[in-house]
Amino acid sequence: MTTPLDEIREEFLAVEPRERLLLLLEYSDDLPPLPARFGDSPELLERVPECQSPVFVKAEVEDGVVHVHAKAPAEAPTTRGFASVLAHGLDGLTLEQALATPDDFPDTLGLTAAVSPLRLRGMSGMLARIKRQLREASAA
Amino acid sequence: MAEQDDSTRVGAYAHPERLVSTTWLADHLGDEGLVVVESDEDVLLYETGHIPGAVKVDWHTDLNDPVNRDYIDGAGFAELFGRLGITRDSTLVVYGDKNNWWAAYALWVFTLFGHADVRLLDGGRAKWIAEDRPLTRDATERTATDYPVVERDDSTIRAFREDVLEHLGSPLIDVRSPLEYAGERTTAPEYPEESALRAGHIPTAQNVPWAKAAAENGTFRSRTELEAIYQDGAGLTPGDSVIAYCRIGERSSHTWFVLTHLLGYSDVRNYDGSWTEWGSSVRVPIVKGEQPGQVPATLVG
Repeated sequence: MTTPLDEIREEFLAVEPRERLLLLLEYSDDLPPLPARFGDSPELLERVPECQSPVFVKAEVEDGVVHVHAKAPAEAPTTRGFASVLAHGLDGLTLEQALATPDDFPDTLGLTAAVSPLRLRGMSGMLARIKRQLREASAA
Repeated sequence: MAEQDDSTRVGAYAHPERLVSTTWLADHLGDEGLVVVESDEDVLLYETGHIPGAVKVDWHTDLNDPVNRDYIDGAGFAELFGRLGITRDSTLVVYGDKNNWWAAYALWVFTLFGHADVRLLDGGRAKWIAEDRPLTRDATERTATDYPVVERDDSTIRAFREDVLEHLGSPLIDVRSPLEYAGERTTAPEYPEESALRAGHIPTAQNVPWAKAAAENGTFRSRTELEAIYQDGAGLTPGDSVIAYCRIGERSSHTWFVLTHLLGYSDVRNYDGSWTEWGSSVRVPIVKGEQPGQVPATLVG
């Protein structure tokens, strides 16, 4: 079955490489705001050191449903776009579906030429941390 | 060629024509022969809003050869500038994020191709925004031009590993952070560790982190302040032959700009292979710790 992540990938691959960057900008503009509870306790979020800019993620499982929250500055729109893609794509999945996301998902969006492999590494770091948090949450 | 910014602010520098203020740019936007170029660390930052009429050059996807570790060649550069509607006599004002870190890098690469009139926007993107000046998301439409194919001149402002080995004993400036210089890290704090197999610095290099050249508001420090940093602090003397390096040559482009255009040094080269090459090369000397160290006796020429 197709997941929202598959749909996002199709969305990227359906447009020309230069347009993909603008699609990433739309995601960047559309990063869901953090729930207020994180504002009081930023330590609940995990820093993603693979990204050059300060990016924080938190993945949670509630009643078997995955929620992904992220924070990234407006001055780092590429990273913010990556975070938004993962937040939109993973939110609402079951734990099994989210953990089944291929680790190379960032490399399959057709962004390598437009963004550069170096920058995509940040997105892989984000995904790896989200999956680890989900595994920890499910083991707890 | 666009006229120069005559404000006293830039007047004291050796080559004031290489710098324009935000006020000057605001007054000259749209002038015939002037092209504004944005170059940032983040490949999407330009798209979030840029100076009206500015074009974008991305250091990674536009200036680097996609296969070899090198810059694009003369034909690639002609294609890029032609697409952006730049002519050989265009005045380019380059600006970007992070105190013009990537803008200086782009400007240095433009200089490799001998594009004559290249200037930096003092204070960069951040100052323009802080002053509430206009940004737009509107795509810039410029008529494509037939930019000539000019081969890169790597001989005067670019240094390769072999050049650095020959240069040992003459002034070297390591513009990385103190932690990278001392060999505690291979990348700037907050940046992912990558690429170099060894940590430390090239023997005798003085550590002058690039951002020291910037004042609190992101503009360049005054000439007197810059002389205190590079001459009194790092021991450079006007007339010296200097090589600057960092991790991949971007931060050291900024220092190359300061030494060449603001202080007037005529023989400054940027070693763009920088630490990602030196720190992974076999049999080159490395010094760890806070002291510059000595050139090994076997290499004293």
